[in-house]
Amino acid sequence: MPKKHRFMHFLGCIIPHRYPSIQKAAELVFEDLGMDLLDMEGATCCPAPGVFGSFDRVTWASIAARNVTIAEQANANVTTGCNGCFASLWDADYELKHDEELRKAVNESLAEIGREFKGTIEVTHYVDALYSYAGLDAIKKRVTRPFTGVRMALHPGCHWMRPKNIKKKDDSERPHIFRDICEAAGAEYVPYKDELICCGAGGAVRTADVKTALDFTKQKFDSLEAVGGADIIVTPCPFCELQLDLGQVEIQKHFEAEYHYDIMHVVELLALAFGHEPEEFGLTTHLQYQMRKNEPNWEQLGIEVKKADDATVTE
Amino acid sequence: MTSAEQEDFHLIDEVDTEFVDMIKNTGGPNIQSCYQCGTCSGSCPAGSRTNYLVRGIIRKALLGLKEEVISGQELWFCTTCYTCTDRCPQDVKPTDVIKAIRNVAVAEGYMLEPHQKVAQKVLEAGHAVPLDKESWEKLREKVGLPPVPPNASSHPEAIEDIKKIAKKTGFDKLVADKEE
Repeated sequence: MPKKHRFMHFLGCIIPHRYPSIQKAAELVFEDLGMDLLDMEGATCCPAPGVFGSFDRVTWASIAARNVTIAEQANANVTTGCNGCFASLWDADYELKHDEELRKAVNESLAEIGREFKGTIEVTHYVDALYSYAGLDAIKKRVTRPFTGVRMALHPGCHWMRPKNIKKKDDSERPHIFRDICEAAGAEYVPYKDELICCGAGGAVRTADVKTALDFTKQKFDSLEAVGGADIIVTPCPFCELQLDLGQVEIQKHFEAEYHYDIMHVVELLALAFGHEPEEFGLTTHLQYQMRKNEPNWEQLGIEVKKADDATVTE
Repeated sequence: MTSAEQEDFHLIDEVDTEFVDMIKNTGGPNIQSCYQCGTCSGSCPAGSRTNYLVRGIIRKALLGLKEEVISGQELWFCTTCYTCTDRCPQDVKPTDVIKAIRNVAVAEGYMLEPHQKVAQKVLEAGHAVPLDKESWEKLREKVGLPPVPPNASSHPEAIEDIKKIAKKTGFDKLVADKEE
């Protein structure tokens, strides 16, 4: 019997606090694939790489390193379902393993709280856990509800695969790994011109100027409309998911343009493909449905549901 | 008035010769490899919709025009997508250079108010996006999870850790509300 893969589950902010359906779906999918997710007690904000990394590099790296040391103490690799958290934790871990001066400064901060960065574990993304640990064959075997005939567009986002020469994950100009995982769910991949551009939320842009951030998102939707649209857009990141999902509600206000795309995190897509019902992980809690009082387009997704949920969150 | 008369030319005596070294020491060590080809700006989704021009900022930085670079609001339109970094033929890592310049800007007091508020939130709640309303807890219950996750939202001592780190690095003072 091979040893079970176990990961410290880094939740971050957006997954547990705004899109908890992603957390629940991850728990279902990892269990189905025989991988353990361990609670990472007392983890904080990663902290946001474009925000904190832009303010003060040593503070950013110190807070990220504190999170990494929680996993070091448990002697387990970290996994996260957020491109932003992955960027902070992976980048900080990498920089601290390669930059003696930064490591010295960070360990001076960590000494204040009785911790030390040792560099003994690896930081992974759900995409790595799914592709490199579980493997495509195991994923394909587990699919009982294939999304046959569903038009699926992808938004891989930026920080899992970029910067490519340092992260060495995939070719960021022509990536295939995220697509391979999503296609295992059986949907029809729909390419569109702006698939690889940023959602617009990162780098502290959404925080300071939401309209500019949404302008990126709108460009992506328009580029997708130009090829006939899609039934679903899949992403490996909750901040991208928020920008694409809640962003549709915000775009309606700022641009008077209306879009109706169902947005799913890759673990939500797989949870459904593995035969879980949408209410098992609360797919309808996505903020666009809560705010617009609508539901996923069940018919297009090929999913039969019993009844609609009431809105919990309102504006 | 002609367009030439409207142009605000830079005086050579405004240069700050230490600016490039500051950038190199704050995470942008390759800035001097830039030969101004413009691949970065040509690849930039922020530059195609705002006045953010990566190549221009790097050129100005290399000329030592520190004040002009760090005071510009366009510095904050980069979403850090790293497309320029992946395409730069000189391995300048423009995204890291921009982040380093932002570090210098913040250290000199150029921080946008919404950014300051996010930084304060992390020091207060341990999270940039906190569990700050009962409805968020209800949303968690609705998906079948405990109302509060096992992160800093349920670990006040983790928030104390963050405050101690921020005190040590001076970040607490950097993001504190400035007295009028």
